[in-house]
Amino acid sequence: MRVLVIEDDQETASFLRRALKEAGHVAEYAGDGQTGLELARANAYDVLIVDRMLPKRDGLAVIGALRAEEIRTPALILSALGEVDDRVKGLRAGGDDYLTKPYAFSELLARIEVLARRSSPEEGSTRFVVGDLVLDRLTHKVTRAGEAITLQPREFRLLEYLMKHAGQVVTRTMLLENVWDYHFDPQTNVIDVHISRLRSKIDKNFENPLLHTVRGAGYSIRDSAH
Amino acid sequence: MTALTKLFRTTTFRLSLTYLALFSTAAIIAIAYIYWNTTVLLSRQLNQTIDAELKGLAEQYRAGGLHQLVRIVAQRSETPGNSLYLVAEGKGHRLAGNLSAVSPELWNSLGPVEFYYRRPAPGGLERRLAFANVFRLPNDYRLIVGRDIEDRHELARVVRSAMLWGLGVMALFGIGGGYWVSRKLLARIDTLAATTRTIMTGDLGGRLPITGSGDELDRLSESLNLMLARIEQLMAGLREVSDNIAHDLKTPLSRLRNRVEAALSEPYGEPVYREALERTIEEADELIKTFNALLSIARIEAGASSENRERLDVSALLCDVAELYEPVAEERGLVLKAEAKQPVFVRADRQLLGQAIANLIDNAIKYGTAKEPEVEVTATEKDKTVEIVVSDHGPGVPASERERVLDRFVRLEASRSEPGSGLGLSLVAAVAQLHGGSLRLEDNSPGLKVILALPSAGEAISNGVPAQQQAGLETKSA
Repeated sequence: MRVLVIEDDQETASFLRRALKEAGHVAEYAGDGQTGLELARANAYDVLIVDRMLPKRDGLAVIGALRAEEIRTPALILSALGEVDDRVKGLRAGGDDYLTKPYAFSELLARIEVLARRSSPEEGSTRFVVGDLVLDRLTHKVTRAGEAITLQPREFRLLEYLMKHAGQVVTRTMLLENVWDYHFDPQTNVIDVHISRLRSKIDKNFENPLLHTVRGAGYSIRDSAH
Repeated sequence: MTALTKLFRTTTFRLSLTYLALFSTAAIIAIAYIYWNTTVLLSRQLNQTIDAELKGLAEQYRAGGLHQLVRIVAQRSETPGNSLYLVAEGKGHRLAGNLSAVSPELWNSLGPVEFYYRRPAPGGLERRLAFANVFRLPNDYRLIVGRDIEDRHELARVVRSAMLWGLGVMALFGIGGGYWVSRKLLARIDTLAATTRTIMTGDLGGRLPITGSGDELDRLSESLNLMLARIEQLMAGLREVSDNIAHDLKTPLSRLRNRVEAALSEPYGEPVYREALERTIEEADELIKTFNALLSIARIEAGASSENRERLDVSALLCDVAELYEPVAEERGLVLKAEAKQPVFVRADRQLLGQAIANLIDNAIKYGTAKEPEVEVTATEKDKTVEIVVSDHGPGVPASERERVLDRFVRLEASRSEPGSGLGLSLVAAVAQLHGGSLRLEDNSPGLKVILALPSAGEAISNGVPAQQQAGLETKSA
């Protein structure tokens, strides 16, 4: 995956580049908004990581300019401003996701990986399959190895989100934002408890677990048998 | 700027001057008009009287000749008064009358004339002003009838000077009064300005003086004092927050630092370092959380924008949040009961209200006991107020502490062992205040009952529709 980091803080930028490289991605870097805009125009990136406050051209303005030119590269906004208002402004300007500083790198990585694959055909499909687990979005039925599994509406949505991003890491915050639409810190490990309930329904009586905990990051659903 | 120029620049002084100028002009015009009119009227009257007398004497002359005229004139001249007479022959020789001599202008004039004549007075002759008309008799004889107008003239002069003096005194009083009033006002303004400066330099406890007269300056001072009180309160809040930050953020920071230092001094390799680093990240995350919570509270208290507020069903939101926490409650052996069947509406920011409710439920779950495991969550509407009640049967909060636990970082001794920052209820209180509501704690005997009251946003549109669905309809139509 080819990533462009537009960030004026040298140290943050070099940390991001190194960490992205270790995660197997190609990272390029721009130190100000203008350079960032030119690079994003000239090259095909999979994801842009844009700091909100940049010299020469504000991060939101960079994204706005790209969107005006019909360049739809997914963009993740990094900002020290973390209120709901700021997030709404960022998304309205054409950003695809918003992450507040300071953040865990695992969170950033999970989010850009999801962003980069958003345009994949799986997005709109009506059936998600992971191993022998099947989720039908139209009939709201879930089966594992042909056996029907009864899920509560929220559990269904949780599984749906996980399966939509099968093979990718999904963080607790991403789940809270996308499954519950809450943009605040719930203080307790509520998501973990929901996951363990879901796990008890889909994995308990099967030899091959599908729902995995990724230490220090979040969860991932994948067929590890392959 | 000297004191005097400062005084002249005051609005009051300028206003007084303007009024004085306007009033003086009006007075001068009025007085001049009266004076001029009076003079004209008196002169005309005098003229007519003289004319009439001349005509009368001319009649006498025609009837009785010069002799009779001389006799009558001599007779009238005897009577003391202002009347002046002269009958004289061509060379100016007096035949009768009380005028001794006349000037050639008068002698040769064809109409009424003002002139000076001399009259015997104690201590010699005196020069007096007179007014006369001449009647020409045959043989170049003249009949002159006049009036002494010296007294009248004198009166006019007195009136004129009185008026001038009056104007002068008026101007003096005007300027002096303006000066006095301005100086009084200026003194008060100076006091206000001086007090304001003192306050500005840091003495926030200072207040502007109030004279108690209830005038506009007093009213201004009162408003400014209220503003100062608010500023002082905000500053105190800020100071309290920074004190708290110093304590509650520095403690974990130094703990974090100590751990890293200790790990560095360990001679063992990777596993120890790894563990120390992991603990460090955990602690850093906790710090970030505390920091975020503090910032949110500060922003909410500063009055976050109402842009994100919408009319939303509290019951639906309550059930939604309760559903998020229900597995956690169950894991702790508690029963979370959300009883909010009837939709009730408020205008609120969904994220903020959601977080407030989450904090309340989180607290209730943290402090609830498995002995009496019910944690109840309800939303009801009564008297235009929506009450969100979260109650548990845990240890509760003593009545004396209920006010205090709403403050930032306040944690009761009994709860020190539980994780948390002591900011949860502060945030709920801030959210309540932002939405024009209130937060109060009550005894649930045993346990704690937290009531978040918010102003209602009106009745449900129709009854009998499930809360969730109705909330959906509502947002669509909005």
